Amino acid sequence: MSTLTEAAPPQAIPPDSGQPAGSAPRTRRKLTPYWLLLPGVAWLVVFFAVPMLYQGSTSLQTGSLEDGFRVTWHLATYWDALVEYKWHFVRSFGYAATATLLCLAIGYPLAYTIAFKASKRWRSVLLILVIAPFFTSFLIRTLAWKTILSDGGPVVGLLNTLHVLDVTSAIGLTSGDRVLATPLAVVCGLTYNFLPFMILPLYTSLERIDPRLHEAAGDLYARPFTTFRKVTFPISLPGVVAGTLLTFIPASGDYINAQLLGSPSEQMVGNGIQKQFLNVLDYPTAAALSFILMALILGMVTVYMRKAGTEELV
Amino acid sequence: MAFNELTDGLSEPVRKAWERSLTSGRAALGRRAVLRAAALTAGAAGLAACGIPPAGHTGGTGDSTANAAKDLSDSEKEVNFSNWPLYVDTDENDKEKHGTLEAFTAATGIKVRYTEDVNDNVEFFGKVKPQLAAGQDTGRDLMVLTDWMAARLIRLGWAQKLKPANVTTAITNVESRFRAPDWDPGRLYSYPWAGIQVVIAYNRKATKGKEVTSVAQLLEDPDLKGRVTFLSEMRDSIGITLLDMGKDPAKFTADDYAAAVARLQKAVDNKQIRRFTGNDYGQELSSGDIAACVAWGGDLIQLQADNPDIEFVIPEKGFVTSTDNLLVPARAQHKTNAEKLIDFYYQPKIAAQLTAGIGFVSAVTGVKEELAAIAPDSAANPLVVPTPGMAAKAHVFRTLTETEESDFEEKFSKLIGA
Repeated sequence: MSTLTEAAPPQAIPPDSGQPAGSAPRTRRKLTPYWLLLPGVAWLVVFFAVPMLYQGSTSLQTGSLEDGFRVTWHLATYWDALVEYKWHFVRSFGYAATATLLCLAIGYPLAYTIAFKASKRWRSVLLILVIAPFFTSFLIRTLAWKTILSDGGPVVGLLNTLHVLDVTSAIGLTSGDRVLATPLAVVCGLTYNFLPFMILPLYTSLERIDPRLHEAAGDLYARPFTTFRKVTFPISLPGVVAGTLLTFIPASGDYINAQLLGSPSEQMVGNGIQKQFLNVLDYPTAAALSFILMALILGMVTVYMRKAGTEELV
Repeated sequence: MAFNELTDGLSEPVRKAWERSLTSGRAALGRRAVLRAAALTAGAAGLAACGIPPAGHTGGTGDSTANAAKDLSDSEKEVNFSNWPLYVDTDENDKEKHGTLEAFTAATGIKVRYTEDVNDNVEFFGKVKPQLAAGQDTGRDLMVLTDWMAARLIRLGWAQKLKPANVTTAITNVESRFRAPDWDPGRLYSYPWAGIQVVIAYNRKATKGKEVTSVAQLLEDPDLKGRVTFLSEMRDSIGITLLDMGKDPAKFTADDYAAAVARLQKAVDNKQIRRFTGNDYGQELSSGDIAACVAWGGDLIQLQADNPDIEFVIPEKGFVTSTDNLLVPARAQHKTNAEKLIDFYYQPKIAAQLTAGIGFVSAVTGVKEELAAIAPDSAANPLVVPTPGMAAKAHVFRTLTETEESDFEEKFSKLIGA
């Protein structure tokens, strides 16, 4: 913006020329950037700021559907909601964090392979394969996991044969010899559904790394692992941060996976918001829960970004 | 279609179950429902709710005309009809073709704009509430909602009284047991589209041949542990549990309700109950992941056709019935046309076609005979045409006051973990 104002000739017209018309184009030019900003700002106001205000106001109301809701500044709603749903929050963040870590563990090698090991032609094919699940509805993809993890299905059969489920049961991830309706199923669903959000930013930041940097590292006697640790990974950090955020944030607000793949003990805060809003018709509590969720995520993300120390997220 | 390609490799029953759990029916967690609910919870809870004025300000329930708009029925020969997915007879080869709706257009010259956008009672309510609360037209002339939601709309003054002269066939032909629900005595506002029966279903293979005959068995039989589901529709799950405890869902007290919740809670705590479901139970019941569950009659007909191991049982202590009802919302612009459509569907011949197509109970007198002529299998199926013995065991869930409703829903939400 500053470049624009500087670019405008400051003294194009002598100040004492007595031509009032002369100032019009100047102001117009000064205002141009603001006019250009207008659509974006209007969009933010209409679809973000106003809804946020509405939601904020809703969370401070009391009343009922029949008598109407009025703003009474009833702040206790927040505390009550937090107390009542504390375990839902814990589960939401716990499952989302686990899923994010799994996504990173699965996504990084994959993105790395696509970026460095695959030939040009294969690269696009592999990328399409990563995006392909998006052509199907989120819900269908989640329901598919019911078939995959079915009690009598081959996956659970194999896990039982290998006694994997005994281990996961011991740490509370599953119960008995099944996977569906356990935390493990919810985490699996979350991981699968949000994996592409991890892979794509990782790929974009890995793909732009100049391969000659690897050669240079090799020339300086770095072993492949050292090259990765000292060169590749640090440069891809923006991708890691972007990927983890894109995975963690929607995953902690998700409720479909918990609803379809979990039991009553795996419900997340999203399920609570949905029930409060649609069934109980307690709009203030639903709004307060949404705000608490948002605030907690914002807090965590801020701390995380500080720690990660990446200002320029690409 | 993309969906067909996706499900190509699956066996027929599984594919059908999928399709059903996605697109069909009552309280389905439909694709659209999910998207919409997601949009709602995504932070726009306030959008609909900010400073909601008291409901009914557009005219109380006592006033029959205050919530009416100018009726354009004569000049615009059309009616906008919102219904649940797969809830009308549909041509096997052409999904856009609905025999009874076409017959209506042929008979009256009124074009039907038929939309399958009711996936779930509460979700649909959330969608139309802002307009109704503001006294605006929803763009719909006719909608199908389950008893308690229909009751809520009437209570809030958001449904219009029907003109008796326009629904004479319906007045004559509605079966007596459907005539006087406690929320609309004498059917001044609504007429049933179809009846629903909540029964017990089990997969004989999954129970190893063992019969499942009662709610008590669902809740306590160790052989079923972790393989039982109940419905996430509060009235259906609590209603059938109350019956098992010897209470009548038509006149229970708050204590009875608490006792029923406690009973279910115990079964949740000791992991007897696996989940509370919309109609996505079909897939799991068919695969045997669920051995036994509380289920909706209409779904079972389809499930049984796909998987002969699936059985249904009418519990000895009684079962819950309810109806989905046709309502004209406030400010609808084609009220007379809507009334004509309601009336049209109360001809036994048309009702029989509808019943044969959807497999839910009809509320029209004389439908059984007509059904026997066009679909003898359906006519003989107690899930479609209840036997006299069953009718004696059928119970409705009483209408709740607003305070009760939010209190009970809150308790039920806790029970199902949300």
